[in-house]
Amino acid sequence: MTQSILTDLKKAAKKSLKAQKDALANTQTQLEVLNGGLFADGELPYFKDKIAETGQFPLRPKKLEVLQINVGYMCNQVCGHCHVDAGPDRKEIMTRETMEQCLEVIRNTGAHTLDLTGGAPEMNPDFRWFVEEASEAGIKDFIVRSNLTIILANKKYNGLPEFFKKHNVHVVSSMPHYTRGKTDKQRGDGVFDKSIKALQMLNEVGYGMPDSDLRLDLVYNPSGAFLPADQAAMEHDFKKALKADFDIDFHNLFAITNLPISRFLDYLIASDNYEDYMYSLVEAYNPAAVKNVMCTNTISVSWDGWLYDCDFNQMLDLKVASKVKHIKDYNDDVLSNRDIVVSQHCYGCTAGAGSSCQGSVA
Amino acid sequence: MAKSYYDPADLRKFGKITEWSEELGNKFFDYYGKVFEEGALSAREKSLIALAVSHVVKCPYCIDAYTKDGLQRGITKEEMMEAVHAGAAIESGATLVHGVQMMNKYDKLSM
Repeated sequence: MTQSILTDLKKAAKKSLKAQKDALANTQTQLEVLNGGLFADGELPYFKDKIAETGQFPLRPKKLEVLQINVGYMCNQVCGHCHVDAGPDRKEIMTRETMEQCLEVIRNTGAHTLDLTGGAPEMNPDFRWFVEEASEAGIKDFIVRSNLTIILANKKYNGLPEFFKKHNVHVVSSMPHYTRGKTDKQRGDGVFDKSIKALQMLNEVGYGMPDSDLRLDLVYNPSGAFLPADQAAMEHDFKKALKADFDIDFHNLFAITNLPISRFLDYLIASDNYEDYMYSLVEAYNPAAVKNVMCTNTISVSWDGWLYDCDFNQMLDLKVASKVKHIKDYNDDVLSNRDIVVSQHCYGCTAGAGSSCQGSVA
Repeated sequence: MAKSYYDPADLRKFGKITEWSEELGNKFFDYYGKVFEEGALSAREKSLIALAVSHVVKCPYCIDAYTKDGLQRGITKEEMMEAVHAGAAIESGATLVHGVQMMNKYDKLSM
Protein backbone atom coordinates (compact mmCIF):
# COMPACT_ATOMS: atom_id res chain seq x y z
CA MET A 1 0.00 0.00 0.00
CA THR A 2 1.38 3.40 -0.86
CA GLN A 3 1.87 6.03 1.78
CA SER A 4 -0.64 8.35 0.12
CA ILE A 5 -3.43 5.78 0.31
CA LEU A 6 -2.60 5.23 3.96
CA THR A 7 -2.78 8.96 4.58
CA ASP A 8 -6.07 9.21 2.72
CA LEU A 9 -7.55 6.34 4.68
CA LYS A 10 -6.40 7.90 7.94
CA LYS A 11 -7.97 11.23 7.05
CA ALA A 12 -11.12 9.51 5.90
CA ALA A 13 -11.31 7.66 9.21
CA LYS A 14 -12.68 10.79 10.91
CA LYS A 15 -15.91 10.76 8.89
CA SER A 16 -18.36 8.21 7.56
CA LEU A 17 -18.38 7.45 3.83
CA LYS A 18 -21.83 9.01 3.77
CA ALA A 19 -20.55 12.31 5.20
CA GLN A 20 -17.69 12.24 2.68
CA LYS A 21 -20.24 11.70 -0.11
CA ASP A 22 -18.13 8.73 -1.17
CA ALA A 23 -19.53 6.70 -4.09
CA LEU A 24 -19.43 3.56 -1.91
CA ALA A 25 -21.88 5.11 0.55
CA ASN A 26 -24.44 4.20 -2.11
CA THR A 27 -25.54 0.58 -1.64
CA GLN A 28 -26.16 0.20 -5.40
CA THR A 29 -22.50 1.02 -6.08
CA GLN A 30 -21.43 -1.60 -3.52
CA LEU A 31 -23.68 -4.21 -5.10
CA GLU A 32 -22.28 -3.39 -8.54
CA VAL A 33 -18.78 -4.08 -7.20
CA LEU A 34 -19.90 -7.33 -5.56
CA ASN A 35 -21.76 -8.56 -8.65
CA GLY A 36 -19.19 -7.38 -11.20
CA GLY A 37 -15.45 -7.91 -11.70
CA LEU A 38 -14.20 -11.38 -10.81
CA PHE A 39 -17.71 -12.77 -10.58
CA ALA A 40 -19.09 -11.30 -13.79
CA ASP A 41 -15.92 -12.51 -15.57
CA GLY A 42 -16.56 -16.03 -14.37
CA GLU A 43 -13.22 -16.19 -12.51
CA LEU A 44 -15.08 -16.86 -9.27
CA PRO A 45 -18.55 -18.42 -8.89
CA TYR A 46 -21.55 -16.39 -7.72
CA PHE A 47 -22.58 -17.30 -4.18
CA LYS A 48 -25.96 -18.64 -5.28
CA ASP A 49 -24.25 -21.00 -7.75
CA LYS A 50 -21.75 -22.13 -5.13
CA ILE A 51 -24.42 -23.08 -2.60
CA ALA A 52 -26.49 -24.67 -5.38
CA GLU A 53 -23.64 -27.20 -5.82
CA THR A 54 -24.70 -28.77 -2.52
CA GLY A 55 -28.43 -28.21 -3.06
CA GLN A 56 -28.58 -25.31 -0.59
CA PHE A 57 -30.05 -22.68 -2.93
CA PRO A 58 -32.36 -20.98 -2.23
CA LEU A 59 -31.40 -20.52 1.41
CA ARG A 60 -34.44 -20.86 3.64
CA PRO A 61 -34.98 -19.73 7.21
CA LYS A 62 -35.29 -22.18 10.10
CA LYS A 63 -37.05 -21.36 13.35
CA LEU A 64 -36.51 -17.74 14.42
CA GLU A 65 -34.08 -17.66 17.33
CA VAL A 66 -32.49 -14.22 17.24
CA LEU A 67 -34.09 -10.84 16.82
CA GLN A 68 -31.35 -8.34 16.11
CA ILE A 69 -32.31 -4.70 16.34
CA ASN A 70 -30.14 -1.88 15.08
CA VAL A 71 -31.16 1.15 17.15
CA GLY A 72 -29.14 3.64 15.11
CA TYR A 73 -25.99 4.25 13.12
CA MET A 74 -24.58 6.98 15.37
CA CYS A 75 -21.31 5.97 17.03
CA ASN A 76 -18.53 7.69 18.98
CA GLN A 77 -15.97 5.80 16.86
CA VAL A 78 -15.24 5.63 13.12
CA CYS A 79 -13.62 2.21 12.72
CA GLY A 80 -11.87 1.43 9.45
CA HIS A 81 -13.61 -1.91 9.00
CA CYS A 82 -17.16 -0.86 9.99
CA HIS A 83 -19.83 -2.47 7.78
CA VAL A 84 -22.41 -0.02 9.12
CA ASP A 85 -20.42 3.09 8.10
CA ALA A 86 -21.27 4.30 11.59
CA GLY A 87 -19.88 7.45 13.15
CA PRO A 88 -20.69 10.64 15.06
CA ASP A 89 -22.05 12.19 11.86
CA ARG A 90 -24.74 9.53 11.31
CA LYS A 91 -28.16 10.78 12.36
CA GLU A 92 -30.22 7.63 11.74
CA ILE A 93 -31.67 6.86 15.17
CA MET A 94 -34.58 4.57 16.06
CA THR A 95 -37.55 6.48 17.45
CA ARG A 96 -39.51 5.41 20.51
CA GLU A 97 -42.47 4.67 18.25
CA THR A 98 -40.45 2.09 16.28
CA MET A 99 -39.07 0.72 19.56
CA GLU A 100 -42.64 0.20 20.74
CA GLN A 101 -43.36 -1.76 17.56
CA CYS A 102 -40.25 -3.86 18.27
CA LEU A 103 -41.35 -4.47 21.87
CA GLU A 104 -44.67 -5.75 20.63
CA VAL A 105 -42.81 -8.32 18.53
CA ILE A 106 -40.31 -9.16 21.32
CA ARG A 107 -43.19 -9.94 23.68
CA ASN A 108 -44.86 -12.28 21.21
CA THR A 109 -42.04 -13.93 19.32
CA GLY A 110 -40.53 -17.30 20.15
CA ALA A 111 -36.99 -15.96 19.65
CA HIS A 112 -34.75 -16.76 22.63
CA THR A 113 -32.20 -14.01 21.90
CA LEU A 114 -32.59 -10.27 21.59
CA ASP A 115 -29.51 -8.58 20.18
CA LEU A 116 -29.20 -4.78 20.25
CA THR A 117 -26.62 -3.24 17.99
CA GLY A 118 -25.75 0.00 16.21
CA GLY A 119 -23.67 2.27 15.86
CA ALA A 120 -23.18 2.57 19.56
CA PRO A 121 -26.65 1.51 20.74
CA GLU A 122 -26.13 3.39 24.01
CA MET A 123 -26.18 6.69 22.09
CA ASN A 124 -29.84 6.32 21.21
CA PRO A 125 -31.60 8.74 23.64
CA ASP A 126 -34.24 6.06 24.40
CA PHE A 127 -31.71 3.25 24.85
CA ARG A 128 -32.17 2.87 28.61
CA TRP A 129 -35.94 3.00 28.37
CA PHE A 130 -35.85 0.36 25.65
CA VAL A 131 -33.57 -1.95 27.65
CA GLU A 132 -35.79 -1.59 30.74
CA GLU A 133 -38.91 -2.45 28.75
CA ALA A 134 -37.29 -5.26 26.75
CA SER A 135 -35.77 -6.91 29.82
CA GLU A 136 -39.32 -7.39 31.15
CA ALA A 137 -40.27 -9.44 28.09
CA GLY A 138 -38.79 -12.69 29.37
CA ILE A 139 -36.18 -13.13 26.64
CA LYS A 140 -33.56 -15.73 27.63
CA ASP A 141 -30.48 -14.03 26.24
CA PHE A 142 -30.48 -10.25 26.00
CA ILE A 143 -27.37 -8.99 24.19
CA VAL A 144 -26.11 -5.43 23.90
CA ARG A 145 -23.20 -4.95 21.49
CA SER A 146 -21.08 -2.32 23.17
CA ASN A 147 -17.94 -0.83 21.67
CA LEU A 148 -16.52 -0.38 25.23
CA THR A 149 -15.14 3.14 24.70
CA ILE A 150 -18.66 4.58 24.95
CA ILE A 151 -18.57 3.76 28.67
CA LEU A 152 -15.78 6.33 29.06
CA ALA A 153 -16.89 8.75 26.33
CA ASN A 154 -19.02 10.88 28.62
CA LYS A 155 -19.97 10.95 32.30
CA LYS A 156 -23.54 9.98 31.47
CA TYR A 157 -22.30 6.64 30.18
CA ASN A 158 -19.99 5.80 33.13
CA GLY A 159 -22.79 3.98 34.92
CA LEU A 160 -23.46 1.59 32.02
CA PRO A 161 -21.78 -1.45 33.66
CA GLU A 162 -24.15 -1.14 36.66
CA PHE A 163 -27.10 -0.54 34.34
CA PHE A 164 -26.26 -3.62 32.29
CA LYS A 165 -25.90 -5.66 35.46
CA LYS A 166 -29.26 -4.48 36.81
CA HIS A 167 -31.01 -5.73 33.68
CA ASN A 168 -28.92 -8.89 33.32
CA VAL A 169 -27.71 -7.79 29.90
CA HIS A 170 -25.22 -10.01 28.08
CA VAL A 171 -22.43 -7.67 26.97
CA VAL A 172 -20.68 -8.42 23.68
CA SER A 173 -17.78 -6.10 22.97
CA SER A 174 -15.38 -5.53 20.11
CA MET A 175 -11.69 -6.02 20.79
CA PRO A 176 -9.62 -6.44 17.62
CA HIS A 177 -6.41 -7.45 19.36
CA TYR A 178 -4.75 -7.70 22.73
CA THR A 179 -2.02 -5.29 21.66
CA ARG A 180 -2.35 -1.52 21.47
CA GLY A 181 -0.98 -1.02 17.93
CA LYS A 182 -3.40 -3.25 16.09
CA THR A 183 -6.42 -2.07 18.04
CA ASP A 184 -5.75 1.64 17.53
CA LYS A 185 -4.99 1.17 13.83
CA GLN A 186 -8.39 -0.37 13.19
CA ARG A 187 -10.50 1.59 15.65
CA GLY A 188 -8.66 4.88 16.21
CA ASP A 189 -5.98 6.33 18.50
CA GLY A 190 -6.57 5.77 22.20
CA VAL A 191 -9.25 3.10 21.67
CA PHE A 192 -7.10 0.35 23.15
CA ASP A 193 -6.47 2.07 26.50
CA LYS A 194 -10.12 3.06 26.85
CA SER A 195 -11.30 -0.45 25.94
CA ILE A 196 -9.00 -1.94 28.58
CA LYS A 197 -10.31 0.48 31.20
CA ALA A 198 -13.93 -0.30 30.22
CA LEU A 199 -13.30 -4.06 30.45
CA GLN A 200 -11.83 -3.57 33.92
CA MET A 201 -14.93 -1.58 34.92
CA LEU A 202 -17.14 -4.42 33.65
CA ASN A 203 -15.04 -6.95 35.57
CA GLU A 204 -15.38 -4.84 38.72
CA VAL A 205 -19.16 -5.21 38.75
CA GLY A 206 -18.84 -8.94 38.08
CA TYR A 207 -18.97 -9.18 34.28
CA GLY A 208 -16.84 -11.85 32.64
CA MET A 209 -15.62 -13.47 35.85
CA PRO A 210 -15.16 -17.26 35.58
CA ASP A 211 -18.25 -18.30 37.58
CA SER A 212 -20.33 -15.21 36.92
CA ASP A 213 -23.72 -15.31 35.20
CA LEU A 214 -23.02 -11.80 33.93
CA ARG A 215 -21.86 -12.71 30.44
CA LEU A 216 -19.05 -10.75 28.84
CA ASP A 217 -17.91 -11.94 25.42
CA LEU A 218 -15.46 -10.30 23.08
CA VAL A 219 -15.62 -9.97 19.32
CA TYR A 220 -12.45 -10.28 17.29
CA ASN A 221 -12.39 -8.86 13.75
CA PRO A 222 -9.16 -9.15 11.79
CA SER A 223 -7.51 -5.74 11.47
CA GLY A 224 -6.83 -6.00 7.75
CA ALA A 225 -7.37 -7.98 4.57
CA PHE A 226 -7.12 -11.46 6.07
CA LEU A 227 -9.46 -14.01 7.60
CA PRO A 228 -9.71 -14.87 11.28
CA ALA A 229 -7.86 -17.94 12.51
CA ASP A 230 -9.35 -20.70 14.60
CA GLN A 231 -11.65 -19.14 17.20
CA ALA A 232 -10.55 -21.39 20.08
CA ALA A 233 -6.86 -20.67 19.46
CA MET A 234 -7.54 -16.92 19.31
CA GLU A 235 -9.59 -17.11 22.49
CA HIS A 236 -6.72 -18.85 24.24
CA ASP A 237 -4.24 -16.16 23.13
CA PHE A 238 -6.59 -13.30 24.09
CA LYS A 239 -7.33 -14.79 27.52
CA LYS A 240 -3.68 -15.36 28.30
CA ALA A 241 -2.56 -11.89 27.22
CA LEU A 242 -5.43 -9.89 28.72
CA LYS A 243 -5.10 -11.72 32.05
CA ALA A 244 -1.32 -11.39 32.25
CA ASP A 245 -1.10 -7.78 31.08
CA PHE A 246 -4.29 -6.23 32.48
CA ASP A 247 -5.88 -8.77 34.85
CA ILE A 248 -8.97 -8.88 32.62
CA ASP A 249 -11.40 -11.80 32.52
CA PHE A 250 -14.00 -12.54 29.87
CA HIS A 251 -16.04 -15.55 28.83
CA ASN A 252 -15.88 -16.27 25.10
CA LEU A 253 -14.26 -14.79 22.04
CA PHE A 254 -16.28 -14.62 18.82
CA ALA A 255 -14.08 -14.52 15.73
CA ILE A 256 -15.99 -12.66 13.01
CA THR A 257 -14.90 -12.38 9.40
CA ASN A 258 -14.99 -8.88 7.91
CA LEU A 259 -17.52 -8.77 5.09
CA PRO A 260 -16.65 -6.86 1.94
CA ILE A 261 -19.20 -4.09 2.35
CA SER A 262 -19.20 -0.41 3.24
CA ARG A 263 -15.98 0.89 4.85
CA PHE A 264 -14.23 -2.47 4.74
CA LEU A 265 -14.99 -2.73 1.02
CA ASP A 266 -13.65 0.80 0.60
CA TYR A 267 -10.46 -0.21 2.40
CA LEU A 268 -10.07 -3.38 0.32
CA ILE A 269 -10.37 -1.44 -2.93
CA ALA A 270 -8.15 1.47 -1.83
CA SER A 271 -5.41 -0.88 -0.63
CA ASP A 272 -5.63 -3.06 -3.77
CA ASN A 273 -6.61 -6.09 -1.68
CA TYR A 274 -10.16 -6.60 -2.98
CA GLU A 275 -9.47 -9.36 -5.50
CA ASP A 276 -7.16 -11.33 -3.22
CA TYR A 277 -9.65 -11.03 -0.38
CA MET A 278 -12.52 -12.34 -2.50
CA TYR A 279 -10.31 -15.22 -3.64
CA SER A 280 -9.48 -16.00 -0.01
CA LEU A 281 -13.17 -16.03 0.93
CA VAL A 282 -14.16 -18.27 -1.97
CA GLU A 283 -11.18 -20.60 -1.39
CA ALA A 284 -12.15 -20.94 2.26
CA TYR A 285 -15.80 -21.66 1.34
CA ASN A 286 -17.15 -24.37 3.63
CA PRO A 287 -20.47 -25.93 2.60
CA ALA A 288 -20.93 -27.20 6.17
CA ALA A 289 -21.05 -23.60 7.40
CA VAL A 290 -23.95 -22.78 5.06
CA LYS A 291 -26.59 -24.66 7.02
CA ASN A 292 -25.88 -22.63 10.16
CA VAL A 293 -25.36 -19.13 8.77
CA MET A 294 -27.07 -16.61 10.98
CA CYS A 295 -29.60 -15.47 8.39
CA THR A 296 -31.29 -18.85 8.82
CA ASN A 297 -32.29 -18.11 12.42
CA THR A 298 -32.21 -14.29 12.62
CA ILE A 299 -34.27 -11.30 11.63
CA SER A 300 -32.50 -7.95 11.55
CA VAL A 301 -34.49 -4.76 12.14
CA SER A 302 -33.18 -1.39 11.00
CA TRP A 303 -33.45 1.92 12.88
CA ASP A 304 -36.50 2.79 10.75
CA GLY A 305 -38.19 -0.58 11.24
CA TRP A 306 -37.43 -2.38 7.97
CA LEU A 307 -36.70 -6.10 8.11
CA TYR A 308 -33.63 -7.85 6.73
CA ASP A 309 -32.15 -11.35 6.72
CA CYS A 310 -29.09 -10.05 8.57
CA ASP A 311 -27.30 -6.87 9.60
CA PHE A 312 -25.10 -7.07 6.48
CA ASN A 313 -28.09 -7.21 4.13
CA GLN A 314 -29.45 -4.26 6.08
CA MET A 315 -26.35 -2.23 5.23
CA LEU A 316 -26.74 -3.17 1.56
CA ASP A 317 -30.45 -2.28 1.79
CA LEU A 318 -31.45 -5.79 0.67
CA LYS A 319 -34.81 -6.07 2.45
CA VAL A 320 -36.42 -9.45 3.17
CA ALA A 321 -38.04 -11.09 0.14
CA SER A 322 -41.43 -11.29 1.82
CA LYS A 323 -44.77 -9.53 1.75
CA VAL A 324 -43.98 -8.47 5.31
CA LYS A 325 -41.11 -6.02 5.13
CA HIS A 326 -41.64 -3.80 8.16
CA ILE A 327 -41.75 -4.41 11.91
CA LYS A 328 -45.20 -2.83 12.13
CA ASP A 329 -46.58 -5.66 9.96
CA TYR A 330 -44.44 -8.40 11.57
CA ASN A 331 -45.79 -11.90 11.09
CA ASP A 332 -43.75 -15.01 11.96
CA ASP A 333 -45.62 -17.33 9.59
CA VAL A 334 -45.37 -15.08 6.55
CA LEU A 335 -41.69 -14.29 7.21
CA SER A 336 -40.66 -17.90 7.75
CA ASN A 337 -41.94 -18.65 4.26
CA ARG A 338 -39.34 -16.58 2.44
CA ASP A 339 -36.13 -17.13 0.49
CA ILE A 340 -33.06 -15.48 1.99
CA VAL A 341 -31.51 -12.76 -0.16
CA VAL A 342 -27.86 -13.53 -1.00
CA SER A 343 -25.00 -11.87 -2.83
CA GLN A 344 -21.23 -12.28 -2.97
CA HIS A 345 -20.68 -10.72 0.49
CA CYS A 346 -22.28 -13.89 1.88
CA TYR A 347 -18.99 -15.73 1.25
CA GLY A 348 -17.80 -13.91 4.39
CA CYS A 349 -20.16 -15.99 6.54
CA THR A 350 -19.25 -19.35 4.95
CA ALA A 351 -15.45 -19.09 4.99
CA GLY A 352 -13.54 -21.60 7.10
CA ALA A 353 -15.36 -22.30 10.34
CA GLY A 354 -18.10 -19.89 9.25
CA SER A 355 -18.89 -16.54 10.78
CA SER A 356 -21.87 -15.01 12.50
CA CYS A 357 -22.57 -12.36 15.12
CA GLN A 358 -22.02 -15.23 17.60
CA GLY A 359 -18.72 -16.23 15.99
CA SER A 360 -17.95 -19.55 14.28
CA VAL A 361 -20.86 -21.72 13.15
CA ALA A 362 -19.23 -24.88 11.78
CA MET B 1 3.98 -14.92 -21.45
CA ALA B 2 4.28 -12.63 -18.48
CA LYS B 3 7.04 -10.07 -18.58
CA SER B 4 8.16 -10.79 -15.05
CA TYR B 5 9.19 -14.07 -13.44
CA TYR B 6 7.00 -13.53 -10.39
CA ASP B 7 3.32 -12.56 -10.53
CA PRO B 8 1.51 -12.34 -7.15
CA ALA B 9 -1.65 -13.70 -8.81
CA ASP B 10 0.24 -16.95 -9.60
CA LEU B 11 0.14 -17.93 -5.94
CA ARG B 12 -3.61 -18.56 -6.28
CA LYS B 13 -2.82 -21.03 -9.06
CA PHE B 14 -0.42 -23.13 -6.98
CA GLY B 15 -2.94 -25.97 -6.79
CA LYS B 16 -2.92 -26.25 -10.57
CA ILE B 17 0.49 -27.99 -10.54
CA THR B 18 -1.55 -31.12 -9.86
CA GLU B 19 -3.08 -30.87 -13.33
CA TRP B 20 0.18 -31.91 -15.01
CA SER B 21 1.07 -34.61 -12.53
CA GLU B 22 -1.89 -35.61 -10.46
CA GLU B 23 -0.31 -38.31 -8.33
CA LEU B 24 2.79 -36.39 -7.33
CA GLY B 25 0.86 -33.14 -6.94
CA ASN B 26 -1.69 -34.75 -4.64
CA LYS B 27 1.01 -36.51 -2.63
CA PHE B 28 2.79 -33.19 -2.17
CA PHE B 29 -0.33 -31.30 -1.05
CA ASP B 30 -1.38 -34.09 1.31
CA TYR B 31 2.10 -34.05 2.84
CA TYR B 32 2.13 -30.24 2.99
CA GLY B 33 -1.25 -30.12 4.70
CA LYS B 34 -0.24 -32.78 7.21
CA VAL B 35 3.03 -31.03 8.08
CA PHE B 36 1.23 -27.86 9.16
CA GLU B 37 -1.37 -29.54 11.36
CA GLU B 38 -1.17 -29.22 15.14
CA GLY B 39 1.40 -31.72 16.39
CA ALA B 40 4.27 -31.77 18.86
CA LEU B 41 4.72 -28.23 17.56
CA SER B 42 1.71 -25.95 17.40
CA ALA B 43 0.42 -24.79 14.01
CA ARG B 44 1.35 -21.29 15.20
CA GLU B 45 4.99 -22.27 15.81
CA LYS B 46 5.16 -23.99 12.45
CA SER B 47 3.80 -20.89 10.75
CA LEU B 48 6.72 -18.88 12.17
CA ILE B 49 9.24 -21.52 11.07
CA ALA B 50 7.70 -21.44 7.59
CA LEU B 51 8.00 -17.65 7.53
CA ALA B 52 11.69 -17.81 8.46
CA VAL B 53 12.41 -20.47 5.85
CA SER B 54 10.45 -18.49 3.23
CA HIS B 55 12.96 -15.69 3.68
CA VAL B 56 15.98 -17.96 3.63
CA VAL B 57 14.87 -19.61 0.39
CA LYS B 58 13.81 -16.14 -0.84
CA CYS B 59 10.42 -17.26 -2.08
CA PRO B 60 8.16 -14.22 -2.59
CA TYR B 61 5.04 -16.40 -2.82
CA CYS B 62 5.88 -18.05 0.49
CA ILE B 63 6.60 -14.71 2.16
CA ASP B 64 3.19 -13.38 1.07
CA ALA B 65 1.48 -16.57 2.17
CA TYR B 66 3.09 -16.85 5.60
CA THR B 67 2.84 -13.15 6.43
CA LYS B 68 -0.89 -13.45 5.82
CA ASP B 69 -1.02 -16.74 7.72
CA GLY B 70 0.74 -15.08 10.66
CA LEU B 71 -1.69 -12.15 10.66
CA GLN B 72 -4.59 -14.59 10.62
CA ARG B 73 -3.17 -16.41 13.61
CA GLY B 74 -2.71 -13.15 15.53
CA ILE B 75 1.08 -13.43 15.38
CA THR B 76 2.58 -10.02 16.10
CA LYS B 77 4.98 -8.23 13.77
CA GLU B 78 7.66 -8.40 16.48
CA GLU B 79 7.36 -12.21 16.50
CA MET B 80 7.46 -12.29 12.71
CA MET B 81 10.59 -10.16 12.50
CA GLU B 82 12.33 -12.23 15.17
CA ALA B 83 11.60 -15.34 13.11
CA VAL B 84 13.10 -13.67 10.03
CA HIS B 85 16.21 -12.80 12.05
CA ALA B 86 16.50 -16.39 13.25
CA GLY B 87 16.50 -17.49 9.60
CA ALA B 88 18.92 -14.74 8.60
CA ALA B 89 21.30 -15.58 11.47
CA ILE B 90 21.48 -19.21 10.40
CA GLU B 91 21.97 -18.18 6.79
CA SER B 92 24.79 -15.73 7.61
CA GLY B 93 26.23 -18.21 10.11
CA ALA B 94 26.28 -20.82 7.38
CA THR B 95 28.34 -18.43 5.27
CA LEU B 96 30.67 -17.46 8.08
CA VAL B 97 31.32 -20.97 9.34
CA HIS B 98 32.89 -21.62 5.93
CA GLY B 99 35.45 -19.06 7.05
CA VAL B 100 36.98 -21.91 9.05
CA GLN B 101 37.49 -23.84 5.80
CA MET B 102 39.17 -20.76 4.35
CA MET B 103 41.40 -20.46 7.40
CA ASN B 104 42.28 -24.18 7.26
CA LYS B 105 43.13 -23.99 3.57
CA TYR B 106 45.10 -20.77 4.07
CA ASP B 107 47.13 -22.34 6.85
CA LYS B 108 47.72 -25.54 4.87
CA LEU B 109 48.94 -23.67 1.85
CA SER B 110 51.12 -21.28 3.79
CA MET B 111 54.63 -22.04 5.00
